[in-house]
Amino acid sequence: MIRENPIRPGAPMILALVLSALSALPQPEDPPPTAFVGARIHTVNGPPIEDGTLIVVGSKIVAVGPASETAAPAGAKIIDASGKTIIPGLICTHSHLGGTAGADGSGPIQPDVRVSDSLNVRDSGYRRALAGGLTTLNCMPGSGHLLSGQTAYLKLRPANTIEDMFILDPNGEPMGGMKMANGTNSMRGGAFPGTRGRSAALVRKQFIAAQEYARKVEAAAGDPEKMPNRHIGLEALGEVLSGKRIVHHHTHRHDDIITVLRLSKEFNFRVVLHHVSEAWKVADEIAAAGAPCSVIVIDSPGGKLEAIDVAFRTGGVLERAGVNVAFHTDDGITDSRLFLRSAALAVRAGMTREGALRALTLSGAEMMDLQDRTGSLVPGKDADFAILDGDPFSVYTKILETWVEGERRFDRSDPQDRLYAEGGYGATHEQDPYFCCFGDDNQGDQD
Amino acid sequence: MGRHLTFTLGALALLAPLAPAQVAVRGEVIHTLAGPPLENGVVLIRDGKIAEIGPADAVQIPAGFEVLDAAVVTPGLVDARSVVGVAGYYNQKKGDQEQHEDSSPVQPELRALDAYNPREALVHWVCSFGVTTVQTGHAPRELVPGQLFIVKTVPTTADDAAVRPFSAVAATLSNAAKRSDKSSPGTRAKMMSMLRSKLIEAQEYASKRDAAEEDNLPPRDLALEAMCAVLDGDVPMIVTAHRAQDIASALRLGREFNFKLILDGASEAYLMLDEIKGAGVPIILHPSMKRASGDAENLSFETAARLEQAGIPFSIKSGFESYVPKTRVILFEAAIAASHGLGFDAALRSVTIDAARILGVEDRVGSLEVGKDGDLALYDGDPFEYTSHCVGTVIEGAVVARGERGQSAGTPVGPNKKR
Repeated sequence: MIRENPIRPGAPMILALVLSALSALPQPEDPPPTAFVGARIHTVNGPPIEDGTLIVVGSKIVAVGPASETAAPAGAKIIDASGKTIIPGLICTHSHLGGTAGADGSGPIQPDVRVSDSLNVRDSGYRRALAGGLTTLNCMPGSGHLLSGQTAYLKLRPANTIEDMFILDPNGEPMGGMKMANGTNSMRGGAFPGTRGRSAALVRKQFIAAQEYARKVEAAAGDPEKMPNRHIGLEALGEVLSGKRIVHHHTHRHDDIITVLRLSKEFNFRVVLHHVSEAWKVADEIAAAGAPCSVIVIDSPGGKLEAIDVAFRTGGVLERAGVNVAFHTDDGITDSRLFLRSAALAVRAGMTREGALRALTLSGAEMMDLQDRTGSLVPGKDADFAILDGDPFSVYTKILETWVEGERRFDRSDPQDRLYAEGGYGATHEQDPYFCCFGDDNQGDQD
Repeated sequence: MGRHLTFTLGALALLAPLAPAQVAVRGEVIHTLAGPPLENGVVLIRDGKIAEIGPADAVQIPAGFEVLDAAVVTPGLVDARSVVGVAGYYNQKKGDQEQHEDSSPVQPELRALDAYNPREALVHWVCSFGVTTVQTGHAPRELVPGQLFIVKTVPTTADDAAVRPFSAVAATLSNAAKRSDKSSPGTRAKMMSMLRSKLIEAQEYASKRDAAEEDNLPPRDLALEAMCAVLDGDVPMIVTAHRAQDIASALRLGREFNFKLILDGASEAYLMLDEIKGAGVPIILHPSMKRASGDAENLSFETAARLEQAGIPFSIKSGFESYVPKTRVILFEAAIAASHGLGFDAALRSVTIDAARILGVEDRVGSLEVGKDGDLALYDGDPFEYTSHCVGTVIEGAVVARGERGQSAGTPVGPNKKR
């Protein structure tokens, strides 16, 4: 059953609810409702619904429930999804798709850099992500820095510029976090630290500078004469200190994880721990700190010293310790088309199926402050979902369609989409430029 | 292994005190790969070899045999091309990375046996998912990076674990083989020129050797001896080539010198089905989940299915990874192929009997038949399903893994208390 906005028996009541939801939307452009009927629906907000109905108007979900309790409104477009499984659109809390490039080699701390200035909306990776059922990404700069820049929360909408993919906060500002890293990747010598001790010292120094900057700004109380010289990096870190911007922290080894928790407590910033190869060793400490974890699942241990104890069981161990767990692709480290597999391997090693599906969806949304918009199938949220032909955690299951904000963005029956799903000649070439005016004949023009 | 078996079991006994030489494996389904699946079957392994196989009600389990039970039993998996044991999991250049010797581009004299660490963690990792035989060695980087060998995934010595101490010479026709400085090869054409020159040199060496009297032999040249083994048909040359044009070059070289060619990687094989089939060349296909980039940018999950449809013999390999995952696991790679058009039966064949045939070791491994090595993988469900587990791995009658390494779920097999 749906806990939020419950839909209770009685057709008139349902109609009233649907209508009231409709009335919340801009009326003149309202498209007719679309009802997906007959599917097994995992709302991630309660147990799976057999023979469920999902009703979408425009970009929003307006109703979801068992067919017996959820009637499609008159005039609705009916899509038969019987035998299919509908899950919320997958949320990748840590992706490098789109040619992400943040901080450069000039130094280890660059909070001024915005990864969104580097993203190519035509990158075929975004199309492959859609083929994997993904609808929302946290695109991040890399981990070769202590602080490599501002991340971008993106919806996989059709896009001509990156602005088309931004998720905006209530003030209309693009949402994102701050990427940080510790451990060996940023220990590069030269301008970069050579030890873990120096890594932490440099971060402390930077956060103290940000605290001082924030104090000066506060003391100026809007008086331009008293304002410090603008520093866009310290401004962004100010958003970290105020809690507006979440730190997404690459960290593998158990002691590195504890260092992140120590710094987070010291400077009172919100943090999501990413990768966490050895989190299974310090699960209770992570739980006590209340820090959420975004877990990477890798097919074998090692490849780097701090990942020699990476294990499929991390998700389950953290789940049992009471930690909020998400997964991520780290694409290109793992393939967005196989994101469901990451959670399935965690199930293989002891995580609950419910927890694993939540970890691919709502938990990720929570780690990006997006839980009121996406991550579960409840009325009022964005219509972000994927339609599968079977059990989400079976290797034999295929993703048939991916919908983002009420628009079908991936359709396995479409040959071009299928190319992105399966690979093949040209699948990784850059997406064709966006043609508005020249007709189809101009696509892929030949000499 | 004969003589080697004693050593193998002796060493394993230290690691696994319960590992006896005599094992009976009962399976609800046994995929023998030598006929239809056997339901409720038993495999008896005596002195490392399969002594008997049949329905549970027809096979008497002798007293003193350790009995293992599993839902699904398969032959031990065969990974046709890996670097496991040569490239270690720490990934430290001067510590455990023996797969790439960059001092010169053509070094067929480098033996895999001398580079292999049988106690490497990743060897045991793949073993714990059911992989019992691997062809491993030098990575596809240099033009001729070195030799490969075939080995069982047991933690003894390379010599004792070896099935074939010298199984192939590797060659690389791809951007990976281009050298960054002013040395050669710097182009694809130069790669072919250098390979031709080396093979011609070997032909001349062989002529001199064959014409010479005992006391008049040409000075020994280990590199040319290895290339002669290719020309004589003693071992294949396994050529890594992803692009269609590189596959064509490998086929051209094979025609010119008439050696046993095996194509490796072969991302764009789906563009070359007729040519490959016409040449009678088998393929060791890239891992299904290999990243689509560089020379392999056009790879597809469906290539295995296309090769199967075309009737081209192939296997699916773990290959080489420079970062993470440091090794892939063919169980997982075959699973993805199975679900992308290949189907269960052909996928299982590709990592068992078909791999064994391509490597020429089908007399020993790859199927469950009387007289073959007692190498089995035990699973608690469909081996390819994400949520199934490998619950045991048996090599030549020794239980070398009792569940997936480092994982907590699943019920590892143990001695059957009832017996």
